[in-house]
Amino acid sequence: MNEQTLIRFENVTLGYEGMPVIEGLDFSIEKGQYLCVLGQNGSGKSTMMKSLLGFLSPMAGKIERAPGLKKNAIGYLPQQQPGQADFPASVKEVVLSGCQGKRRFMPFYTKADKALAEKNIELMKITHLKDRSFKELSGGQKQRALLARALCAAEDLILLDEPTAGLDPVVTEELYGLIDDLNKKEGMAVIMISHDPEKAMQYATHILHLGRRMLYFGATEGYDRESVLAKEREV
Amino acid sequence: MQLVISFETLFSENLAPLLVKALVVGLLTAVCAAILGVPLVLKRYSMIGDGLSHMGFCALAIAAALGVSEGKQMLITMPLVVVAAVVLLLLSESGKIKGDAAIAMLSTGAVAAGYVIYSVANKGAGDVCSSLFGTSILALKSADVTLSVILAVGVILIFVLLFSKIFAITFDPAFARSAGTNASFYNILIAVLTAVTIVVGMKMIGSIMISALIVFPALSAMRICKRFKSVITVAALLSALNFCLGLVFSAVIQFKFGHQVSSLPIGPCVVCFNVLTLLLCMGIKAVTDRAKGKKALAKGEKNK
Repeated sequence: MNEQTLIRFENVTLGYEGMPVIEGLDFSIEKGQYLCVLGQNGSGKSTMMKSLLGFLSPMAGKIERAPGLKKNAIGYLPQQQPGQADFPASVKEVVLSGCQGKRRFMPFYTKADKALAEKNIELMKITHLKDRSFKELSGGQKQRALLARALCAAEDLILLDEPTAGLDPVVTEELYGLIDDLNKKEGMAVIMISHDPEKAMQYATHILHLGRRMLYFGATEGYDRESVLAKEREV
Repeated sequence: MQLVISFETLFSENLAPLLVKALVVGLLTAVCAAILGVPLVLKRYSMIGDGLSHMGFCALAIAAALGVSEGKQMLITMPLVVVAAVVLLLLSESGKIKGDAAIAMLSTGAVAAGYVIYSVANKGAGDVCSSLFGTSILALKSADVTLSVILAVGVILIFVLLFSKIFAITFDPAFARSAGTNASFYNILIAVLTAVTIVVGMKMIGSIMISALIVFPALSAMRICKRFKSVITVAALLSALNFCLGLVFSAVIQFKFGHQVSSLPIGPCVVCFNVLTLLLCMGIKAVTDRAKGKKALAKGEKNK
């Protein structure tokens, strides 16, 4: 592990109740990288994500985290959940809840927390929506609010789980642009689970392709989709 | 039958001190139930309150069968209902029995067991009825007010101190976990606080009426408020107001059948006011939504 490494997977096997779901994960994420994780349903993407977040310990192998990357300091944007559709909360309240991991034993949010939330609301260009109710927002606006919340929790790394699912092409393009800015201008490392290989190859610096094992990991330039898909069919 | 409206009960020397005690305990319970109701309703856990209150009926039966005095009943009922809350949550989280099935099981099982226990202990229908639907003003006895107040204030304090965590696990448990918040601990905590609230309030409001205090104020407030904090505040205020209305109503209205005078129990009166409030809030929402729709339509036509 060098100084630039945030998380390193060393020959990791993941699974549930003694049954492996994915084997042979051997890769690392470094500061400022933009990693897209590709693979079909059931390829082990979400299992790998759980281990990244620390919900799941490896069955074999080792996951190393940089000493600076605290366990709660990954800004996570989960897939949209049905219960949130009619949830009464203002955008400000939602974004502020991203600060909960920072001061674990403080009952109330501090001024610094509020300033951080405000800054990330601005960064996501939703300042005009901050007093609006979350349930009244459009799909794209909701994702921006949740991204701002993830940024409140994140120090060096954000983890996005299919952030553009269900969005129309124009809004999808805007969101990709916003994430790209975060990566290039703010230096935030990004891990994105994606179903869209074209966009992945357009924006990501690195690709990780899973199919119950690691089919490809490396720079986007070296990613030969056809040969990886051929490997995927073999599995 | 003769309907009598008498304000004397409010000021009579015998009843006024009891009424004050009922007011204090009732108001605190109403507020606790309302604020806990918001996360419970939003997490689709509304039925937990219902399951636990049925368990409360069973616990009251056990206390009555053991001959525990009125003031000490909570020593029996509290641990029973709290344990039921924890078991209920652990059962549904482990996925062995789905949440709704677990609650349906507990509700019916506990009521059946409670009724059997009442029968075996040779308690009459009056006891069964009052533990289900609550007491009337005329039958109000001085219960352990101090303990009730301490418990209810404790519930409110814990809720306020953990407000941000409760918001986080209600809105998005997956994100909360990723930020290091132990979601299952807070789920169990909410269930335990609910159990405490139910036990404190069920003697007066009635064990099956009390779960209405959990869902109605939350649902009413959600019709008219958009922020989490304001939903909680408005739910607490509506619940307190409806309790006062229900208490006064049950104290003032009396029925005379010949020489026999009876009055309404407090619980159902409070619940009826809560139902009316919900209808009113739904009405307000329908009217404002319509006005908004018209405005949007007018704006759209202008843009054309």
